[in-house]
Amino acid sequence: MTLRNRELVNLLLVGLLTAAGFTAVYVARSDVVSAGSLSYAAFFLALFVAGHVVLRFALPNADPFLLPLGGLLTAVGLTLIYRIDPDLALRQGLWVVVGLAAFALLVVFVRDYRTLDRYKYVLGLTAIFLLALPAVPGLGRTINGANLWVGFGGLVFQPGEFAKVLLVIFLAGYLRDNREMLSMGTGRFGMPSLKHFGPLLVIWGGAMLVLFQTNDLGGGLLYFSIFLAMLWVATARWQYVAVGLGLFAVGAYALYHVTPHVRERVSIWLDCSWGFSQACPVYDQGYQLAQSIYAISGGGFFGQGLGRGVLLTAEGNTYIPYLETDFIYAAVVQELGLAGAAGLVLVYLVFCYRGFKIALQAADGFSKLLAAGLTAALGIQAFIIMGGVSGLIPLTGITLPFVSYGGSSIVANFIILALLLMVSDRVNRERA
Amino acid sequence: MNAQVRRLFFVLVGLFVALIVMTTYWLWKAPDLEARQGNPQLIVQQLTIDRGSIFASDGKTAFARNRKVEKKQLGRTWYIRTYPSRELAARPVGYSTIERSRTGLEESLNDYLTGSNANLDTLFNNTVDKLRGITQRGNDVITSIDARAQKTAQDALAGQCGAAVALDPKTGRVLVWASQPTYNPNLVEGHFNQIQANAAGAPCEPAAPLLDRVSQGLFIPGSTFKVVTAAAALDSGAVKPSTTFNDPGYCIEYGKKVFNFADQSGPEVFGNVTFAEALENSINAVFCDVGKKLGARAVLDQAKKFGFYEKPPVELPSDEISASGLYRNGRLYDPSDPNAVDPGRLAFGQERLQVTPLQMALVAAAVANDGTIMEPTLVDRIVDPDGKVIRKTDPDTWKEAMKPQTAAELTAMMTAVVQGGTGVAAQIPGVQVAGKTGTAETGRTGENDTWFIAFAPAQNPEVAVAVALSNQSGTGGATAAPIAKEIIEALLR
Repeated sequence: MTLRNRELVNLLLVGLLTAAGFTAVYVARSDVVSAGSLSYAAFFLALFVAGHVVLRFALPNADPFLLPLGGLLTAVGLTLIYRIDPDLALRQGLWVVVGLAAFALLVVFVRDYRTLDRYKYVLGLTAIFLLALPAVPGLGRTINGANLWVGFGGLVFQPGEFAKVLLVIFLAGYLRDNREMLSMGTGRFGMPSLKHFGPLLVIWGGAMLVLFQTNDLGGGLLYFSIFLAMLWVATARWQYVAVGLGLFAVGAYALYHVTPHVRERVSIWLDCSWGFSQACPVYDQGYQLAQSIYAISGGGFFGQGLGRGVLLTAEGNTYIPYLETDFIYAAVVQELGLAGAAGLVLVYLVFCYRGFKIALQAADGFSKLLAAGLTAALGIQAFIIMGGVSGLIPLTGITLPFVSYGGSSIVANFIILALLLMVSDRVNRERA
Repeated sequence: MNAQVRRLFFVLVGLFVALIVMTTYWLWKAPDLEARQGNPQLIVQQLTIDRGSIFASDGKTAFARNRKVEKKQLGRTWYIRTYPSRELAARPVGYSTIERSRTGLEESLNDYLTGSNANLDTLFNNTVDKLRGITQRGNDVITSIDARAQKTAQDALAGQCGAAVALDPKTGRVLVWASQPTYNPNLVEGHFNQIQANAAGAPCEPAAPLLDRVSQGLFIPGSTFKVVTAAAALDSGAVKPSTTFNDPGYCIEYGKKVFNFADQSGPEVFGNVTFAEALENSINAVFCDVGKKLGARAVLDQAKKFGFYEKPPVELPSDEISASGLYRNGRLYDPSDPNAVDPGRLAFGQERLQVTPLQMALVAAAVANDGTIMEPTLVDRIVDPDGKVIRKTDPDTWKEAMKPQTAAELTAMMTAVVQGGTGVAAQIPGVQVAGKTGTAETGRTGENDTWFIAFAPAQNPEVAVAVALSNQSGTGGATAAPIAKEIIEALLR
């Protein structure tokens, strides 16, 4: 079977699962949703088959699992969002269309992704510019205590999601150029000279500064982890990781003492997670996390069933604020149980496995670093938010890739998917 | 670089495994978390169960039933609990709400009412319902409460702070369980403040409308406790009904005079009387002497034979039943040193005795049933949604309180109380009533605890009753006995 036929079979399987999911929601909530819910599954399948056809022509040698895996995650998200609020699902569906359009445009029009390497500084600075946008008066919108959004008229978007992709491209290009110097350590104490390390620190430091200014702790943690992961992959020097983690610890400690916002998050985490002590302010600041933990614990092994979980009040509001975005993992566990959660995590792991495999097989350093960086970004982001929602680590607000409701997030993730498939196509073409 | 990429993958695997471990941990903690404040999980699931109804003994008068919310909301049919009889049986039925959890039978029988009891029949029904996609249905509870007599009792107590309880001494079936001030269970959800406001006029502080004064209300037993002392004296053979005593109007304890009950002309003085006459006229001085003769230990041991120091095994949540006995600093107190207790004052029901009306009804029931106390029960039967009886309450012995001979002697003595003693207000034409009054001093005038315990008909008892009122200026014979009479009449009619 050719790679593309294998992809098609995988997509059809995902389509079946999606149909089953929407049917379950329809059966459970027939008073709210209509039989038209099945057309969602058909529409969804058609979209991804269209994406598949584009790949057939543009990237015939690309990995056959990544698109179906992305499709599966999108389907899980869409089903749950539909279950929470059918109107939101319609909008999410539109964003999937936009995402797949961006995916197709990239795949068709960027003939060689390696040309991106040439624009790395421009891209790096664009990333900083994007991150700084929400801080511009009149443009920025503050939602849930973080000013991460930019509004144009009625449209709101989150530039940070795109900055993440640009930063990975910059890091891949820059680290490829300087990895020898960085790993030899020509400067004092075996550390590399400022000449090689400087630009890296400037770009990264700028990004961090902007992030803390916007109160986006989740983003800060994510970018820092991506930076460390890519630096480690490029240089193979564990000292960087050690120093990086040390810096992180110092930074976190300082932040804890300076920012009340951070202090609150940490104390909620300590009280509500790890045993759920009586001190957890279940009606006040700890409400969100407590409700999330309640929903997770109520899921059982196989969940309450799609559409049957305790997620909505009698008035139709969600018990957990931001359930459809940051907290969607709680909805997964509540309705699909531990089995569903394990399945979801497994899908992310297989996605990362395929992504890292592309990095392993890539011939040139830029491709290797790009594939590894993009994959790590997706995997780490998934961990940070699922870990936060389940109380494993302090809660920070970022989206669950492909699953959470949110246009910017969906489009950015499809861009990551497109870039990975482009690298994969080149890798497989060169190996053949 | 490949080695690092591989390691990076394993780091991610490790993180994701930790995530699943954390998720599993919450699953394991679920039973713990379900009870936490603000956790809607269990509550919402229970709201979607068609909870069973609670009926009076006629099987028709509904104390509690579900109203279906017609609009199928959010994939679930919701059921709202209503109490059609309002205040009538607010106690012992209790309430089942989202905001304030459950009390009373609604709590103790929750598993039956929600159909989550581990009864084979119910399990089968639930499985079938689940397969058919039907709402889980609960079982109906039919209590032994007599709706008409219950209303008589609630109305008779209205405006007072007190309780009345009546049961069948031969079976232990509770027929009346009334407590005032009471509350409208329909107000608990959403209008809780109104409950306190409605009870504001009650002559006691705090009004405590939610308190079940039958099983939780602690009153000083006063002279009703003389039945216990008399049982100890007669059972031991030391005293007979005909044994004579001299009453100087007081008894001497620790060198001080403890006077009899006083009317306008000062403390009563009876002179030479029999033991039977001492009970008939409730003479403290005689019982004081009997108590000193028996010793505190013997009196307390007799009390335990009546079930004091234990929670009567009625089908209510354990924390809604109080044990009767001596209390010290708000705690039940069973002195190891009998000299720590004043036997004379104990014998006529003062000292630090605190008892529930339920316990005193059981004392009356013991005398009525030849010395045997049956387990008090509120539930007659539980019926599944198809009408099949899945639990039927059978009478069971709880205590052997005294010899049948003693019970017979006490019956005669208590009949005399109603015929010509302190309890004449409880006389019913054509029915012989046996009873005992109680007027317990709290130390503040106008704030006496007054009592009447009784059973009827004396020779073939069908009803045993206890009435307790707090903050009274009159005697038990004047305040509580008429209420007991009304209840007995309602039940024997």
